[in-house]
Amino acid sequence: MDVMPKWAEVILVPLISLLLAAILSALVILAIGEDPVAAVKLMVSGALGSTYGWGYTLYYATNFMFTGLAVAIAFHARLFNIGGEGQATLGGLGVALACLYIPWPHWSLALVGATVMAGLFGAAWAAVPAFLQAKRGSHIVITTIMFNFIAAAVLNYVLVNLMRPAGSMDPATARFPEAAHLPTLHDMLTPLGISFSKAAPANVSLLVAVGACILLWVLIWRTKLGYEIRAYGHSESAAKYAGISPVKITMVAMLISGALAGMMAINNVMGEAERLVLNAVEGAGFIGIAVALMGRSHPLGVFLAAILFGFLYQGGAELALWTSIPRELIVVIQALVILFTGALDNMVRMPLERMFLAARMRRAPKPDRKPTTPAQ
Amino acid sequence: MDFLALIDLSVLDSTVRLATPLLLACLAGLFSERAGIFDIGLEGKMLAAAFFSAAVAAITGSVWLGLLAGIAASLALSGLHGLASITFRGNQLISGVAINFLAAGLTVLIAQDWFSQGGRTPSLFGGGRFEGITLPFAETLRAVPFFGPLYYELISGHSILVYVAFAMVPGTWWILFRTRFGLRLRAVGENPAAVDTAGVSVVGLRFAAVGICGILCGIAGAYLATGLQAGFVKDMTAGRGFIALAALIFAKWRPWHALWATLLFGYLQAIALRPDIIEGALGFQVQVQLLDALPYILTVVILAGFVGKAIPPRAGGAPYVKER
Amino acid sequence: MTASDTLGRQETAAPAIELKGISKAFGPVQANKDISIRVQPGTIHGIIGENGAGKSTLMSILYGFYKADAGEIFIAGRKTDIPDSQAAIAAGIGMVFQHFKLVENFTVLENIILGAEDGGLLKPSLSKARKTLVELEQEYGLNVDPDAVIQDLGVGMQQRVEILKALYRQADILILDEPTGVLTPAEADQLFRILGRLREEGKTIILITHKLREIMETTDTVSVMRRGEMTATVKTAETSPAELAELMVGRKVLLRVDKKPATPGEVVLDIKGLRVIDEQGVERVKGIDLQVRAGEIVGIAGVAGNGQSELLEVLGGYAVGTGDIVVSGQPLDLSGKHSDGQSRRRSGIAHVPEDRQREGLIMDYHAWENTAFGYHRDPAYSKGLLMDNAAIRRDTVGKMERFDVRPPDPNLAAKNFSGGNQQKIVLAREIERNPDLLLVGQPTRGVDIGAIEFIHQQIVALRDQGKAILLVSVELEEILALSDRVAVMFDGHIMGTRLSAETDEKELGLLMAGVGA
Repeated sequence: MDVMPKWAEVILVPLISLLLAAILSALVILAIGEDPVAAVKLMVSGALGSTYGWGYTLYYATNFMFTGLAVAIAFHARLFNIGGEGQATLGGLGVALACLYIPWPHWSLALVGATVMAGLFGAAWAAVPAFLQAKRGSHIVITTIMFNFIAAAVLNYVLVNLMRPAGSMDPATARFPEAAHLPTLHDMLTPLGISFSKAAPANVSLLVAVGACILLWVLIWRTKLGYEIRAYGHSESAAKYAGISPVKITMVAMLISGALAGMMAINNVMGEAERLVLNAVEGAGFIGIAVALMGRSHPLGVFLAAILFGFLYQGGAELALWTSIPRELIVVIQALVILFTGALDNMVRMPLERMFLAARMRRAPKPDRKPTTPAQ
Repeated sequence: MDFLALIDLSVLDSTVRLATPLLLACLAGLFSERAGIFDIGLEGKMLAAAFFSAAVAAITGSVWLGLLAGIAASLALSGLHGLASITFRGNQLISGVAINFLAAGLTVLIAQDWFSQGGRTPSLFGGGRFEGITLPFAETLRAVPFFGPLYYELISGHSILVYVAFAMVPGTWWILFRTRFGLRLRAVGENPAAVDTAGVSVVGLRFAAVGICGILCGIAGAYLATGLQAGFVKDMTAGRGFIALAALIFAKWRPWHALWATLLFGYLQAIALRPDIIEGALGFQVQVQLLDALPYILTVVILAGFVGKAIPPRAGGAPYVKER
Repeated sequence: MTASDTLGRQETAAPAIELKGISKAFGPVQANKDISIRVQPGTIHGIIGENGAGKSTLMSILYGFYKADAGEIFIAGRKTDIPDSQAAIAAGIGMVFQHFKLVENFTVLENIILGAEDGGLLKPSLSKARKTLVELEQEYGLNVDPDAVIQDLGVGMQQRVEILKALYRQADILILDEPTGVLTPAEADQLFRILGRLREEGKTIILITHKLREIMETTDTVSVMRRGEMTATVKTAETSPAELAELMVGRKVLLRVDKKPATPGEVVLDIKGLRVIDEQGVERVKGIDLQVRAGEIVGIAGVAGNGQSELLEVLGGYAVGTGDIVVSGQPLDLSGKHSDGQSRRRSGIAHVPEDRQREGLIMDYHAWENTAFGYHRDPAYSKGLLMDNAAIRRDTVGKMERFDVRPPDPNLAAKNFSGGNQQKIVLAREIERNPDLLLVGQPTRGVDIGAIEFIHQQIVALRDQGKAILLVSVELEEILALSDRVAVMFDGHIMGTRLSAETDEKELGLLMAGVGA
């Protein structure tokens, strides 16, 4: 039986894990001769102290919502998609094609078109590993990693040989036309009388990401498909008994996952860079893993964790700018979050369970009230 | 077309060099996975070892101290993986992913702190590197047709770590199939309950295996930074840990097959560096991006099982929980 | 005075094993409560009790698998600490687990030396073990090919390897946990002959079982456990099955199922020439013909692993097969697009699977989510693309009431119910679909006796409504009690079909061993 109440499992365990990761990160900062308290202050003021900082924090958070949801939906089907990086790379290609080769009359239509293309390209890139997992049992963790490397090579080829404007030395596409320009938070908030930094890249994609969180929540917890995905994730043998096809669920979950990762491109490629460059994803696909673990694969959790990582990312950039702490600190924090929430979770959970058990024993001196016996 | 041109002695020579870190990492994974612990953190362990070996070699001027430091760093990460996946029965895949990121971040962070060269170590020279060893009679036998150049170019002239790596193949075989430790190690990867009820510690065995994995990854990383290249650069492992895993599956977790599999990948990496030879052999130009991606594509093909079905150790990836 | 005190011949000797006041809790559950027991050397001592009574926990403590919270262990009169299996082996205890602890792709010899090697190299250990094996073979008549690979051996042979493993470690005390669950009656008899031989050689044997017959036939003394407590220790010769059953359950139990004679109607299930090849390419069902009529229960008897599971899986739509199966006049698709569980349910087939924890339930799902499991696409449970969770919850409340599921809380996760209540949830879900054909696999495995009676009544009630029921069980008693007709499977074939009123355990036992027909 559950020893811990649900709120402890859902809130306490991730929070303590985060705290442990924070303490270790502080030690790392100390070890390289910097002051952790000053570093946190700098991060907070840099990421949350101005609408400029918020604009970047939310911009990064938008990326991480998409990739975090991508990892989360795969987790529900007990699939580990480490290929968000490659899927987002391909999503960028889809966005670039949509923006450069279709004459959109208005940004809103361009956004819809680009979102569809980004999703399609991302899903297509997830389809091969998904198919190989479903049909041939190829380990999806390794195949998706390989597809990240292959995606980088594909993008390199496309940018250098196919989409580079004539005469340009830069491996990047041409700028997207004006009609494909997405309104930033500045553009959206000014009519409402709220002043927001003009320079920050946060844009309307944030709303798409929030919408994706809500839709995914409905999908996972309210639809028949979500019921089947979760059932398959809990027990493949039971899913088979119930007539839920493992092949179908693996494919569908991975296609949704790839599409979500790909859709990130409407934010970074269409909303920010407004052209496709090499390495546009910048590790956001990997951060999605930490976000999904931190958010316990729940869309609300992913939303909150994405904002937390947006803050860390922007704060980390500020640190790199003003101190000798390199940006890689964020990779270390990300690693620690993944470690504590995903792999060492029992280290946190076991003492907690003992505490709750002891507390309950004190309250109810007669413990044998359950018919359940885990023994035997 | 002239396919024979693809078998160029200098390409084969770099095949051996490039296969060495793959082989060491592959054998490292073999020990770990044979004991039932999946390890996708080979990449991170190699990377950490590469950095610390290069850093210590740069500071002390001794490549041997560097090697020790590399092994120590890799072992520390192994310990972490063991803690997560053996002691606390966590998710082995996620632990491996975390270790890869931890190594990727920490190496640059520390490199920047120690050397301020944008995440690299200073270039190594002299005693800071593993130099090639000329084997006995290599010079004298050089004139012998066929075997002379083969011995001189291909077999002689590598660094000591290359010979260590190749010697580890029969070594691993012997340990696994001829010793008590090997019997228990294989058993714990197949059915840990059998080992446990026989009164042998599952935890101890698995930590030993993970430890060996750490040492071998340490040597692999040290070879990358102090043998193959002269210093550490950011993300220098470039997916070798994952390729080693693919080779391990291709090799069906057997030492001799691991040798052939990693030589194949080593060859692909070596030939990718020589587009001129490929063009000469095939008669047309091959995109450099395709050549770069070739090892990864081959990995996918192997995993897809087009080269035979691989059955992993039965208890692999699952934490051991006592049950009656 | 306990019964063992009065056992004549070893009155002066110290007990081989003595446990004093052993207690063990798993979290809030008290698995063993203040248990004391004495076992005299050179005897066979039975421990009997229902599922979850704490028998296995007690033996696991004795074998060093768990550490007792309180209590002492004495081996041959000496107080002994058993912190791990190593210590148990050193104290001369060997254990044959219900699920064998063998390395499947190792040879017999490798399995035997594992953990008991001599020195760091394998060769000397292997040759020493080979010699010892020959000696043991002569001493106890336990012959087995030392170079055979475990996965090629039958379960009976594998069990023999387990016994040899213990003897190779010079065990004086041998614990066997439910040793006959996977054996044919003939193999079980052979096992008991071996145990008798071991007793003659002075070994002490503890036999854990839930089968009264085995206790009565083989043991010298027997202890009964109930809900973690030792309720009695008696001499086997001085007790009766009825008394033991009452001690086990704490009340009088009905050992027979009350049912009227069947009135079979039309053929509902008609199987012709069914073959099933599993994923490893092994043929599991080798061309069987079988009919089940409306209003009758047909039981499939057989030792586990003779094709019964595959038969259920094909009928349930999650294994592919060849041949012809007709249900209520409609042919089933056995390997094509419609060979899935959803199509089967639409064809009027409901299925209580053999393993409720692996198949029948999602253990982490709430009871209400499990009520819809497999029927989650039913229009009654949906609102468009969405699931109608409120409707499912309402339905669950009713089902829990009608099937007496305790506690009747639809929001409790399946894993938090006892085995019997989990099975009732599955049964409620499947029976209330009002199927033409109900498949039932191991309906009472791991279920307490109170729930067994209820479950059996429900199955009989469905038969009396004129439904066809195909029952698979490895418990011969259950097959005989429930079925109207019995078909015996052996090695993928049906060895014979009998009216249960006209057959007995002995005849069926022979068929189960592949003899006769």
